[in-house]
Amino acid sequence: MTEPKLLMQTTLLAGAILLENGAEIARVEDTMHRIATNAGYPDAQVFVLLTGITVSLPETDASQVRAIHQRGMDLEKVDQVNTLSRRFASREITLTEFSAALARVNQAVPTFPFSWLVVAALVVSVPLMVAFTGHATPADLLTCGLAGMAGFAAYYWVNRLGRIRFLSEFVGAFVIGLITLIGFYLTQNNYHPDAIIIGAVMPLVPGVAITNAVRDTMTGNLLSGPARAIEAILSACAIGLGIALTSIFY
Amino acid sequence: MWYWLVTTGLLQFILAYLATAGFGVLLNIPRRAVNLSGWVGAAGWVTYEALYQVLPMTIDVKLAIGNLVAAIVIGVASGLAAHYKQMPMIIFNIPSLVPLVPGGQSYRVVRNLVTGHPDIANQYLAQVVIIAGVIAIGFLIAEFINRLTWHLAQKQA
Repeated sequence: MTEPKLLMQTTLLAGAILLENGAEIARVEDTMHRIATNAGYPDAQVFVLLTGITVSLPETDASQVRAIHQRGMDLEKVDQVNTLSRRFASREITLTEFSAALARVNQAVPTFPFSWLVVAALVVSVPLMVAFTGHATPADLLTCGLAGMAGFAAYYWVNRLGRIRFLSEFVGAFVIGLITLIGFYLTQNNYHPDAIIIGAVMPLVPGVAITNAVRDTMTGNLLSGPARAIEAILSACAIGLGIALTSIFY
Repeated sequence: MWYWLVTTGLLQFILAYLATAGFGVLLNIPRRAVNLSGWVGAAGWVTYEALYQVLPMTIDVKLAIGNLVAAIVIGVASGLAAHYKQMPMIIFNIPSLVPLVPGGQSYRVVRNLVTGHPDIANQYLAQVVIIAGVIAIGFLIAEFINRLTWHLAQKQA
């Protein structure tokens, strides 16, 4: 493989890993441009959209495209790409080694096992319920913990099984609503369904996505920012509908 | 104010620390960053809560100013943390935003629309727009401060 070809593929792979795992457009462009510059192509052109990346090297009349189909959040991969890019910049690794290492990063499995993630969902849900609403009766705490864990577990498994977008958020929210509803009928008083739901949905809601949409738009990415916003609105709709389905029965 | 800080403030600090660290695990941040990102998140949330208690204004204005200052605090703190740990800033500022970010409000917009309360949905929609915009501006200001301090540190050396 000639060097420009390898360079373009490495740049695209680095950009794709960043974009698929939650980096902003400006960061993706910056990293890709740095890699090309460090490999000796300072006037490489990089064009990043939310759904695809193009890189082209004007000197060699060559360009390549890579489509991005799904976006998630995995900041460990972002960190690893960043570290590799730094090592490439300081000439610790060659382009070939860089490319092989990126392929390994892309295949890597998450560091935290599923049981940790469920506990983390509990740790996000319950403190945020208390911090936002101030309600902390025993029934609230218990139901919120259960709903947060079950909701996240449902979200996680539907995501793993089907890969149908927005269905996982809907199912997660529906499970949360169901557990809160059951708790409502089992307890007599000192029970605040609204507070429980707001805590339990916190691991699922697209708050970070909404903020990133605004940040991308403000850095001049007028196509990718609104596209991110639409993605966030759809997942907010999925969650809102999942909860609303059960809230008729109060 | 001082009484508030040592009672509710301390509790809010611990709650925000837990929530941020937990959200960090959900986003799969490297293990050695979990603790530090928890501190950054707690600092941001306590800033917001303290401002919310002190400012004598309407709710929307309090939300805007509180989130703006909290976002600046998070941006500057995660810039320092990123420099200290040699990691990208995104690892600290994304989990730290979880208490502030308008996720709960965005779900409430949809829920109130579906269950037939468009007026409440409108209120929450306004909050979503205000908070998201203000956090983005806060991060821009924080980035400016980070570059400025970096520039000054370079000059002195």
